[in-house]
Amino acid sequence: MSGEPRTVRGTPLELADLKKGKVFTTAYVPKIQYAWDTGVAIGRYLEELKNGRLIARRCQRCQRTMVPPRMFCERCFRSTDEWVYVQDTGTVNTFSLCYVSWDVRRLKTPEIPAVIEIDGASPGMGIMHVLGKVNPKQVRVGMRVRAVWKPPPQRTGSITDILYFAPIKGKTTKVGTAKKPR
Amino acid sequence: MPNRVAIIGVGCTPAQPTTPYLSFKELMFQEAERAYLDAGIEASEVESFVTCAEDLNEGLSIFDEYTPDQLGAVQKPMHTLTQDGLHGIADAVMQIQSGLVELVVVEAHSKASNILTPEWILDYAVDPVWNRPLGFNPHAIAGLEMNVFLHETGITPDQCAHVTAKNRTNALRNPLAAYPARTAPGDVADSPYAFYPLRETEMARTADGCVVVVLASDDRARAGKSQPVWVRGVGFANDSSTLESRDWIRAEYCRVAAQMAYRQAGIHNPGRDIHLFEVDDTYAYKELQHLVALGLYSRPGDAGRAVASGVTKPNGETPVNVSGGALGMGLTLEATGLYRVAELVAQLRKQAGARQLPHAKVALAQSWRGVPTTSGAVVVLSSE
Amino acid sequence: MSMRRVAVVGAGMTKFMRRALETPKELAWLAAKGALDSAGMTLDQIQGVVHGTAPDAFDGLHMKGEYLSEGSGGWKKPYLRCYVGGGTGVYAIAQGWFQVASGLFDTALVVCEEKMSTCLPHPQAAFLTIFDNITEQPLKPNLLWIFALEQNRYMARHGIRVEEIARVSVKNKRNALGHPSAQLGAELTVKDVLASEIMAWPVHRLMVSPTSDGAAAVVLAAEDVAKRVTDKPVWIQGVGWCLDTTYWTNRDLYYPEYVEKAAWMAYHMAGIREPRQEINIAEPYDPFAYKELHHLEGLQLAPKGKAPQLLADGVFDRDGDLPSSPSGGLLGVGNPIAAAGTMKVCELFWQLRGEAGPRQVPGKPRRGVAQAWGDLMQVGTVVVMGTAQL
Repeated sequence: MSGEPRTVRGTPLELADLKKGKVFTTAYVPKIQYAWDTGVAIGRYLEELKNGRLIARRCQRCQRTMVPPRMFCERCFRSTDEWVYVQDTGTVNTFSLCYVSWDVRRLKTPEIPAVIEIDGASPGMGIMHVLGKVNPKQVRVGMRVRAVWKPPPQRTGSITDILYFAPIKGKTTKVGTAKKPR
Repeated sequence: MPNRVAIIGVGCTPAQPTTPYLSFKELMFQEAERAYLDAGIEASEVESFVTCAEDLNEGLSIFDEYTPDQLGAVQKPMHTLTQDGLHGIADAVMQIQSGLVELVVVEAHSKASNILTPEWILDYAVDPVWNRPLGFNPHAIAGLEMNVFLHETGITPDQCAHVTAKNRTNALRNPLAAYPARTAPGDVADSPYAFYPLRETEMARTADGCVVVVLASDDRARAGKSQPVWVRGVGFANDSSTLESRDWIRAEYCRVAAQMAYRQAGIHNPGRDIHLFEVDDTYAYKELQHLVALGLYSRPGDAGRAVASGVTKPNGETPVNVSGGALGMGLTLEATGLYRVAELVAQLRKQAGARQLPHAKVALAQSWRGVPTTSGAVVVLSSE
Repeated sequence: MSMRRVAVVGAGMTKFMRRALETPKELAWLAAKGALDSAGMTLDQIQGVVHGTAPDAFDGLHMKGEYLSEGSGGWKKPYLRCYVGGGTGVYAIAQGWFQVASGLFDTALVVCEEKMSTCLPHPQAAFLTIFDNITEQPLKPNLLWIFALEQNRYMARHGIRVEEIARVSVKNKRNALGHPSAQLGAELTVKDVLASEIMAWPVHRLMVSPTSDGAAAVVLAAEDVAKRVTDKPVWIQGVGWCLDTTYWTNRDLYYPEYVEKAAWMAYHMAGIREPRQEINIAEPYDPFAYKELHHLEGLQLAPKGKAPQLLADGVFDRDGDLPSSPSGGLLGVGNPIAAAGTMKVCELFWQLRGEAGPRQVPGKPRRGVAQAWGDLMQVGTVVVMGTAQL
């Protein structure tokens, strides 16, 4: 084969070469831990999740109601003005049926991540979560969904206080022309 | 330097041991607002943004994802350097000098208090094949370096103790400082060793904080309302990252960076031409090593004699770290260099309050990225 | 203000492979040496070094840029490590460009490296930490999620079918058969791609680029140096980069506005008004098949939603009207994140010099655009290169 690059260097290995000890390796497991300050906006967001509610911040200049909440409006570049409760219902903006876990294990039943536009927030303001209690074949863009919460004693002030979003029966809003998943 | 560049605005929050009430985004927003107000600009006028951050210090991978909104940088040119804030200043200067943009913002911050395992993170920076398996605490690299540095230069541990005493005492006059304390050299000499010959009191402690700096082209700076401080030269360099093959005595990264900055600034005799120095003092001996590398002393041993005789005190001939340095202000990760720039801007604008030096017109800030690196940068600023 | 002219005068890259024997430093060195050799230059002639590499988590190193500095030639030299996630490989060229354009340096070596195989059991796991630590990571997301969400949105808005997107994999993997560095060159059909397992509907395995180890590098030089070292400099005519909001769930993912903005920044600098007419060759970022189409639209090389049709019409084939990813792209050559973007710049260099061998695009292309993308689907980086000195 000719054509640049003319000199191609680098030595490919197989995982088996490592396992068989054909090359020497070192192994290291990082011991790294953090305790992140959540700050004002996300601190309140988590507190309200524990209460079973979603909260947003509103900018009076551009009139947007933003979720996840933030103390600054990135469009107007000014402080946001007020806290606003929003609904725990919304519309599926987009979704996937994912057959691979975060650490690359194959899954028989897919996880269904989705961006959900939250009712009461400005149009297009979504959060990422997962869908549950739904036949994967029946998920559609535009599907109406509602949060399913953990029982109050089990909530910790985390996004996982919402177990998943489940369909509100029989409701689909036309947002796009979604194709059927296989 | 062709196409002059100026710093026209600075926002910085006091360095503090912890900042539990604000997220890093909220800290950044607050300091951006302060910097833009100081510069007399709106965020929308800024053409390019630079943040200086390391993923592992933030606990987030590809950290630049989390930077634009709180600086007003959404849908604007923006990138991250994994280096000190002074590298960020150099980056901004090059962008402006290329003629591409006229107004650039540089940001760096520290949420060091959020890192629960700082030494393990530092261990993760050590060469994974050669050095990590040896299992030493990475700060031991500083002990190794200090030992050979003292041996080769004749500088004494007592002279190093004067650095800590001077800087922490200086910090008492700086409202931005996290660790001010009235300290005598004897207090340091009596403290326990951490990594012989390095004592615990000679190691800067980490602090949280955030600095935002606005830089502008010559035209833009002159047309603006704020008092510009001119960037006369920038320099940055690395020595070898390999412990086994680096220069342990001369801080080569600092020497090369200084030569680059001096060339642009037309500085031939730094001791005479520069009136105020803010240099890295992550470990006390580093201040002396860096002053030598900056070309202040023809004989390295003079650096030790100078600090012990008070030459580098605020009222001395060559004031060094009037701000309190990292020993007094705290080590704010990638923001460390920008805190020094903030000090120089305050001094050159005559806004340094109780710390104000009467005659400073040309000043230098220098940074080092800490063990195990050999990465450093230099910025020379002037009031006219 | 008139800007100082900067050219690419040399390019080099390692083989892209799933797992390399070489350490990250050695990979960086191989690419840097290749680029210097191709320029007929030595490290002594390099005044500044720019290094690009994406998350530290892959190589298993904190302050990875510092570790890599001497592999990239940064010893006792001005050295910067820049990044914008996946967009790094093309952004680094802009970083090198303004080092030289500023007048501070006459030459710069830009090296991008990634060694993903270090991360065990699988490099994908490191991607968990790119998501918001508080509002997203507890959901245990993986990288496929966001790509699949974006692809689905793109398809839903325009009514695009998966098989239309699968064609990108077919084209790029075939193009890669001509690339000596390629990891995954293959002769495939749309049927093969659709028969590969679903990773995250609508994304199939053969629509995803591999994880790779590798490095790529270029040498940049100011006009006078460039003309001295080569009679075929390839000029950097424009650079652009743009970062969109962190709040990716608040944007409509169907169209990459940040790529459009970055593209126009570079086009304005290059004096391009009609990109479709004035660009002969494109290397858009293709870590996933749909991304190439998405990016061709962002680059103004196809109307919104129309890239799939142009692809089907053969416009983007190597002998088409506007060849796209003639290198084989990330899908074919491989995806060592930052190095993959620089590979695209290397490809333009070889194509515009007529040195691409079996990959050579016919008709003596005079101008090309390379683009990369990254973060939370949020950054666009663009370089326009050409044979004409503007």
